[in-house]
Amino acid sequence: MTSREQVSRVLQQHGAVMVLGVLVVFGSLAFDSFATPGNAASVVVSSSFLAIIAIGMTFVIISGGIDLSVGSLFVLGGVLAAYGSRYGTLAALLLPLAVCAAVGLAQGLIIARTGMAPFIVTLAGLLGVRGLMLAVSDEGATTYLVEDRAFAALGQGELFGLSHPVYVTAALALAAMVLLQRTGFGQNVYAIGGNEQAAALMGVPVARTKVYVYVMSALLAGLAGALNAARLSSGVTILGIGLELDAIAAVVIGGTLLTGGAGGITGTIAGVLLLGVIQSLINQVGTLTSAFQQVVSGAFLALVVVAQRLLSKAQRLS
Amino acid sequence: MAELTVRAAAPKPRVYAWVQDYGVYAAVLALLLFNVLFTPHFLDVANFRTQLVQVTPIVIVSLGMALVIGTQGIDLSVGSVMALSAALVVLYLGYGWVPALAVALAGGALAGLAGGALVAYIGVQPIVATLALLVGVRGLANVLVPQLVEFRSPGLIALGSSSVAGIPVIVLVAAALTVVMVFLVRRTTFGRQVVAIGGNRPASELSGLPVKRVLLIVYVISGLLAALAGVLATARLQASDPTSLGQFIELSAITAVVVGGTPLTGGRIRVVSTVMGALLMQLLAATLIKHNLPQSWTQMVQAVIILAAVYATRERR
Amino acid sequence: MRRTDLEAVLEAKGISKRFPGVLALDGVSLALHPGEVHALVGENGAGKSTLIKVFTGVYRPDGGELRYQGRPAAFGTPMEAQHAGISTIYQEVNLVPMMSVARNLLLGREPRGRFGVIDAAAMYAQAERVLSGYGIDTDVRRPLRDLGVGAQQMVALARAVSVDARVVIMDEPTSSLEPREVETLFGVIRKLREDGIAVMYVSHRLDELYQVCERVTVLRDGRVAHTGDLADLERIELISLMLGRELGQVRSRGLTEFSRDRPGDGERAPVVEARGLTRKHVLDGVDVTVRPGEVVGLGGLLGAGRTETAKAIVGALPLDGGQVLVTGLPLRAGSTSAAIRAGVSMLPEDRKAEGIIPTLSVRENIALAALPTLARAGVVSEAKIDRVVEIFMRRLRIKAASPDQLVSELSGGNQQKVLLARWLAIRPKALLLDEPTRGIDVGAKAEVQALIDELAGEGLGVLLISSDLEELVEGADRILVLREGAVVGELSGDEVTEERIMATIAEQGDG
Repeated sequence: MTSREQVSRVLQQHGAVMVLGVLVVFGSLAFDSFATPGNAASVVVSSSFLAIIAIGMTFVIISGGIDLSVGSLFVLGGVLAAYGSRYGTLAALLLPLAVCAAVGLAQGLIIARTGMAPFIVTLAGLLGVRGLMLAVSDEGATTYLVEDRAFAALGQGELFGLSHPVYVTAALALAAMVLLQRTGFGQNVYAIGGNEQAAALMGVPVARTKVYVYVMSALLAGLAGALNAARLSSGVTILGIGLELDAIAAVVIGGTLLTGGAGGITGTIAGVLLLGVIQSLINQVGTLTSAFQQVVSGAFLALVVVAQRLLSKAQRLS
Repeated sequence: MAELTVRAAAPKPRVYAWVQDYGVYAAVLALLLFNVLFTPHFLDVANFRTQLVQVTPIVIVSLGMALVIGTQGIDLSVGSVMALSAALVVLYLGYGWVPALAVALAGGALAGLAGGALVAYIGVQPIVATLALLVGVRGLANVLVPQLVEFRSPGLIALGSSSVAGIPVIVLVAAALTVVMVFLVRRTTFGRQVVAIGGNRPASELSGLPVKRVLLIVYVISGLLAALAGVLATARLQASDPTSLGQFIELSAITAVVVGGTPLTGGRIRVVSTVMGALLMQLLAATLIKHNLPQSWTQMVQAVIILAAVYATRERR
Repeated sequence: MRRTDLEAVLEAKGISKRFPGVLALDGVSLALHPGEVHALVGENGAGKSTLIKVFTGVYRPDGGELRYQGRPAAFGTPMEAQHAGISTIYQEVNLVPMMSVARNLLLGREPRGRFGVIDAAAMYAQAERVLSGYGIDTDVRRPLRDLGVGAQQMVALARAVSVDARVVIMDEPTSSLEPREVETLFGVIRKLREDGIAVMYVSHRLDELYQVCERVTVLRDGRVAHTGDLADLERIELISLMLGRELGQVRSRGLTEFSRDRPGDGERAPVVEARGLTRKHVLDGVDVTVRPGEVVGLGGLLGAGRTETAKAIVGALPLDGGQVLVTGLPLRAGSTSAAIRAGVSMLPEDRKAEGIIPTLSVRENIALAALPTLARAGVVSEAKIDRVVEIFMRRLRIKAASPDQLVSELSGGNQQKVLLARWLAIRPKALLLDEPTRGIDVGAKAEVQALIDELAGEGLGVLLISSDLEELVEGADRILVLREGAVVGELSGDEVTEERIMATIAEQGDG
């Protein structure tokens, strides 16, 4: 392997982490209030919900698919959790997870059994789940409040200055890493995304693996929504719009190829944090509106994909 | 022995082929019939006009989307480009509405150029390239015009609200664009090249087609059409609203294209069916609302229709 | 004891498989015995792939019985067949390019450590151990795609064999292997035979069949045309069984359709002149000259740079150096459209991936390259297209229900003719044909060969790439032999023989 090849491979796999490091160093030098425990905690906490969704999205994208329904599922999860909290902590958790898993199962089955494009199936899912959410919340007119203390504590309680969802996210990320790298299921996900036909011929249970992946993604989106509802003490019906795009952006920035077959959780987490740090940096500049954050995020995403393209070209040429 | 299909290769049953080709027309007709019979005041001219005017931006955006999808691409940026053109048109309204329109269109073309360049020359996947634009261009529009701005340009307002022979101008514009697009796809070298590239890009390259240029132009056209839709929508609203104008229109446009029977796998473009697809979704929403079914129903029914349409059009394997 | 006296391990009894409109298999019976290497041959469309897919659980038969190890068997999926002990190696490498070599080799059978989690270190060690047995020494952590195609095929083979297989089905396993690798493969096959494993060997390469196979089954039109010992069958008999033609007919006609009675005309100015085509690791200063009316063959092994040379000439392969002149005028580098405008076009090897536009009709496919000439101000003339399409469909005898039929519904041979028509419609000065008869049926093959002859007779310059030595020798007036991206010999006149080509490749091969 030539050194140039090595460099481009390292950049592809760990570029997001490096850029994250650079941005953090830059932020610490440029702004006094950036490298404070308070700011760091706020970045980490606000990133954790997107991170949970992005973990599921990473599995989906590595398998060669995409899941546009997660934003809607996030909202639905929140609404259902708040609604369920009337009946206790367990109901607040299980209701959203069960419904979201069912939606993921339906999407996964349709994708795996009919061969329809994940993009379009989950686009239908996005609409259908939004409809479901509106139906549950009286066309968005009712905002359920979280009525269970223990459940609210799940989103609001803190440990060492960080709220619980951060620890949930960290645990999920670790579990996801092991699942992806060190289990047969993880290998199957990579194999399907890398070459579906070959995977089938190598004995990979393609349909089953796909179904699992979409169920997982939906479950994680629902869980993120539920935790968010716990944090906000209510199931807000208007949040989460466009969240699927943020999650995809984070995964792609993290170095996972949208064509499937390559990528990982570390990169995704770095991608999520990168988006959070960009937002935080723009907030530091006080005079900039949040619209600037969109401009920068968009430009950054474009930059990342261009860099990825050029790197993979360089790899192929050498 | 070259191919190795895991799924048994069964030809598409006739009924699916029929649904793919004519399903959307049949569905529109059926819905119209249903409404004529069961919906009071459905045949009122005012009602018809409202429906048509509402669906016009989606139709215009879908025309560009159909072209992009025909190349096996996708353009998620159309809604943001609408917002950008809405922002630009009010910013430059001081120079008169025609120059402002020109600037807005140029902005859309430029956004399309950026997306097209990423896709055609750098080789970025369309979905990510245009996702970056979706995020960035919306931000740009908001930076340019941070809040809703009302305007009083008689020319622009007239564009949005006047009628010729009882038909709103913007509907006429959409109809004219549809005709142009049909001609472009069916009768021009460019149109055939677009379809060929979508059907097999390496083959098109080896056949000497100007693949990159064609792809670039396709995204520019999509950007231009989105910008025009943005201006028309702004003219009708008599206010520029870059924060929310065109949000999720990419989903409606993709839905229209897909429901019209154009496969996402590229290599086929059905222009009139795409317009029908947009009309179908609009009609469906209107019908449900007229019959006092809530919005949640509309969205769930739309989801089912998308699935059904794609199921019928899915390529045999 | 003859191996056929043993009980069959895998047996098809009167298997039928029907697809809409076609009876792909019609009462096929075939028995595979432990320790035998059984050749399965037949022309395209004879039913070989369908039969393999029935054996491997991809298809379920409509009639007849499949017996495995003495019991009736019905495999629902390739996985079931694999678990039962039937492994398959496909013509195209069916592995996952982006995954590491080790993960590909051991996918689904990774060594586990604590908590049932994959033990990466043990996995890499095991992969290295297995692969060194196949002569592959590589970093098993690297992505599979870093390996050459041959090495990838060996990984696939190692994978297939190492799963306690009782039956190994090899579908054109050598199509992308180099001679050295073919030897390794044969070594593995012999070892499998000693271990009592049944091997079904599917190949078009008769040499190989006679080297490793004991028995042969010939399929024709979905039926078994012959089963027996291969040694009892003369080559020409085997061919006549495959073709379904009388022996005498085959003998008299020769195996290809080339006449080779074109008058050589070395005086005419070259239509294509490529000088010093160079690209790192791929081409090393290749010179090619093609004169009008001349068929120049490119000989050499896979990976010698034949396809790359053709692609470089038409500007489809970026070059580090070199120049292409067409009728004496230099071409703009890296522009396929410039090459086509100048009159040089290439018929790609992979019809499906680089040739046809599957979503378009026969008509549109033929007109594709000629569109600019069939249009005025960017608007196409349907009448002109109809005329051109009609001319070429008739001339090339393209069999389609109508010009509006989807090209993807045609047979391989007819697709190839459509692609030829696409080029003829723009009246090229030179055509570069990359494996023009690969994967098409005998009849179409003969027609394509006759057409090449005819075109050259009309003054077209032709560059012919073919792995079929016979085709190359009978078709080409002059042959350039390539090895490792460089021209290592030029043969013309009486030197154009299979032996000389092989000798030219071989004599350089030692260096």
